Amino acid sequence: MALETTTHDLEEAVIKFAGDSGDGMQLTGTQFTTNSALFGNDLGTFPDFPAEIRAPIGTVAGVSGFQLHFGSKEIFTPGDICDVLVVMNSAALKSNIRNIKKGGIIIANTAGFDAKNLKLANMTSNALEDDSLSNYTVIKIDVTRMTREALTDIQLGMKEKDRCKNMFVLGFLYWMFNREMDNTIKFLNDKFGKKPEVLEANLRVLKAGYSYGDTTEQFTTRYKVEKAVMPAGTYRSIMGNQATALGLVAASKKSGLPLFLGSYPITPASDILHDLAKYKSFRVKTFQAEDEIAAITSAIGAAFGGSLAVTTTSGPGMALKTEALGLATVLEIPLVIINVQRGGPSTGLPTKTEQADLFQAYYGRNGECPIPIVAAQSPSDCFNAVYEACRISVQHMIPVILLTDGYIANGAEPWRFPKESELEEIKIEFAKPMAEGEKFMPYARDEKLSRPWAIPGTKGLEHRIGGLEKQNITGNISYEPENHEFMVKLREEKVERIANYIPEQKIDSGPAKGKLLVLGWGGTFGAIKAAVKDLNEEGFDIAHAHLRHMRPFPKNLGEILNNYDKVLIPEINNGQLVKIIRDKYFIDAMAYNKIQGLPFFKSELMDKIREILK
Amino acid sequence: MAETLTATNGEVALTAKDFATDQEIRWCPGCGDYSILKQVHTILPQLGLKQEDIVFISGIGCSSRFPYYTETFGMHSIHGRATAVASGLKAARPELSVWIVTGDGDGLSIGGNHTIHLLRRNFDVNILLFNNEIYGLTKGQYSPTSPENKVAKSTPFGSIDHPFNPIALALGADATFVARSMDRDPAHLQNMLLRSYKHAGSSFLEIYQNCNIFNDMAFESYTEKSTKKDEALFMVQGQPLVFGANNEKGIKLDGFKPVIVNLEEGASKDDLWIHDEHDMVKANIISRFFDHVDVEGHLPRPFGVFYQTSRPTYEAMMAEQINEVIKAKGEGKLDKLIAGGETWVIE
Ligand code: SF4
Repeated sequence: MALETTTHDLEEAVIKFAGDSGDGMQLTGTQFTTNSALFGNDLGTFPDFPAEIRAPIGTVAGVSGFQLHFGSKEIFTPGDICDVLVVMNSAALKSNIRNIKKGGIIIANTAGFDAKNLKLANMTSNALEDDSLSNYTVIKIDVTRMTREALTDIQLGMKEKDRCKNMFVLGFLYWMFNREMDNTIKFLNDKFGKKPEVLEANLRVLKAGYSYGDTTEQFTTRYKVEKAVMPAGTYRSIMGNQATALGLVAASKKSGLPLFLGSYPITPASDILHDLAKYKSFRVKTFQAEDEIAAITSAIGAAFGGSLAVTTTSGPGMALKTEALGLATVLEIPLVIINVQRGGPSTGLPTKTEQADLFQAYYGRNGECPIPIVAAQSPSDCFNAVYEACRISVQHMIPVILLTDGYIANGAEPWRFPKESELEEIKIEFAKPMAEGEKFMPYARDEKLSRPWAIPGTKGLEHRIGGLEKQNITGNISYEPENHEFMVKLREEKVERIANYIPEQKIDSGPAKGKLLVLGWGGTFGAIKAAVKDLNEEGFDIAHAHLRHMRPFPKNLGEILNNYDKVLIPEINNGQLVKIIRDKYFIDAMAYNKIQGLPFFKSELMDKIREILK
Repeated sequence: MAETLTATNGEVALTAKDFATDQEIRWCPGCGDYSILKQVHTILPQLGLKQEDIVFISGIGCSSRFPYYTETFGMHSIHGRATAVASGLKAARPELSVWIVTGDGDGLSIGGNHTIHLLRRNFDVNILLFNNEIYGLTKGQYSPTSPENKVAKSTPFGSIDHPFNPIALALGADATFVARSMDRDPAHLQNMLLRSYKHAGSSFLEIYQNCNIFNDMAFESYTEKSTKKDEALFMVQGQPLVFGANNEKGIKLDGFKPVIVNLEEGASKDDLWIHDEHDMVKANIISRFFDHVDVEGHLPRPFGVFYQTSRPTYEAMMAEQINEVIKAKGEGKLDKLIAGGETWVIE
């Protein structure tokens, strides 16, 4: 008989699942996430992959994690540190011990703490046995043994049986958080329907994990996180790279332009290529080029031919594309360049996040070469951001850089997705055929300063473009000194004029005037939003504004900056936006930087803001 | 054998003049590029294409000025990347006739990677590789096709680089059409241009081009009357390989080893190598006729089509995959795509 249990109501909780790459932690985390989403929680997640594909089993290098933050209130990040840490072995504990709240719960698989595993993790003493975890509630379960016991009469090899142990943990957590398990039961049925033995094993272990909580007298506390109040509508869970791929298809559909992606595999951007390669029924053409340069130049070729042309990459790949970015700038053709930023320089930290490619996007080319820049702020926001990048690019005949980062690319959140009919049309018009005797002027301009998009196959529009300096209107090569200066200024003005066609900057939270404005961009949105909101509730006179348009800035940005005594710019880099803002607006903006391959914690930001306002 | 095509577009037939632009040509007087431009302008009206359906794409170098002088769509891109730009354009717009103009530096050095990948993918484009064995635009450094010991600006004591054999390189990359011609033989060049155009797949045409400023007479043995007959071997499909003033010399295969025999000194025409451009093994052997004219017992340099085969083009397979998916699944529905697999409703 189960003991009387008490149930605590929590507003929010952070769970981290950590284990060896082979322990199925990603799947466990995703299942709990889906369960929470279907239940009605707001949430944010972040996977934490090992840098090596097949690191030795049991070592710290091989630890794979999945963090989930869910709540009955609005959730903006995957959470700073966790309330519950699940560790399948010693290495998982070792690499995550800094990441758990004082007084938090550690659920440990004792089988992962034998002499062999301790040695693999380079641990001299067993943390489960000594008093090093005395600040936490430690729940020790021999998951491996319990799993095997639940499957004694099942005809499967030991290895296959052991593979079910993540289901035990999942079942136990479902019990702990008072959850139904329907979604996982359905998932297992779909996944293993053709392998009845494996299906039965997984189901049994899942239920065993649940009943273990129910029947073992040692557990008397359960938790409940109620539904969140969220805007009514239909939701799905979305990761940043998925949203980027969807946004591109949507922009293709709403502009009537065929989508072409030239790309070379690179972490953490490759998933965009993978997704688009699946979307053949939308006539998407994906071209896995021989290198980063061919990826962008093939896209330039496709753009010249009238496609919505895109290239996706990350920092090192971006570096290789820079000469072609200059070409696209002089050609004045539409092209969307997506940089899913990661830690740099050089190969840097491929699986870790950073915002350190803003300068590269701003300045990283030979010559005076301004390119508009758009940034995405959260996983689902990648959809809107890439849609906006496409719109600007094709309507202004200009290459546009979209910056996302590894944190939002791989993070997930619930998304109240739009209907096709709600998406704004992207109006474009190709140059019309010319009558006999008329001369086509490829560098004639409209009020946006954009030139005609004249695609091959259109009668009378034969013309030649190239990387040599152009004469305005005619597009002929020109080495005239005055012309070069004129064209440099004109290309700059063309970028600046985009400010007339983008929304004004808004304040995300806080008062319109006050003591401090926290100005952010990109993937720091969630952490800043959460920190500022909490401090507002504590009575602090601060506001948060987050930039979508990094170049040009919205026209009212200068005015907004002047409405606050102080401006703080937190960035996951060594201070880049802050320098651009100081340069452009002559204000004494303060920098706050973290360069550890990790996102900001809400608590860090709150501490920093409190310190400034002291 | 050159076939003359008539205009089939139902409009007034175009002439070479229609393909000239109003731009002043900036090549040095006497440059071999002039002849190539002329031969291209001569054959373009024979293709039965509309001007607006033709695109010339070049990289950087003297030859890459070409698009400015040709009244079609054109792009003078960046160094080495014409092949990659053309790949994207052809993938996006398979119906266009896409021509790539590149050189030995542009296409084999800085852009060598893209050249080989384009060839293996077999986009239906025509690569005209102007080989002058020198960097002209940067004023005279040795190139990846310059012979060993070449004294040039950057190699005052002679080059120690071993040169590329462009034909063998193209064959190694599984090109489906590989040919060589020269600026100073207009009839042959026109014929090769037409053959390149007619081949459905990537056509690799190496054109020996004289840079009279920095590498004059690099190919004189093959182009000058006095030596051409002995040094240039013109391959004709189905015909024996013969050369010499009176076609008195021939090539015979001794096992896999090609040897020169003299028909006037007792060799029989029946024993000669019959050129078969569809034979990959033979193409590989003849592509290796690449020794320097000063080498004792050297073989003549072959001109014409080394190899031609047919393989589906990249753009056709790309379109086919898309059509097959649509046939099986229907046109994609955006709303369904965005909604994805699992959704939930919040009231
Ligand atoms: S430098 Fe040589 S290749 Fe270039 S234009 Fe002059 S002659 Fe021709």
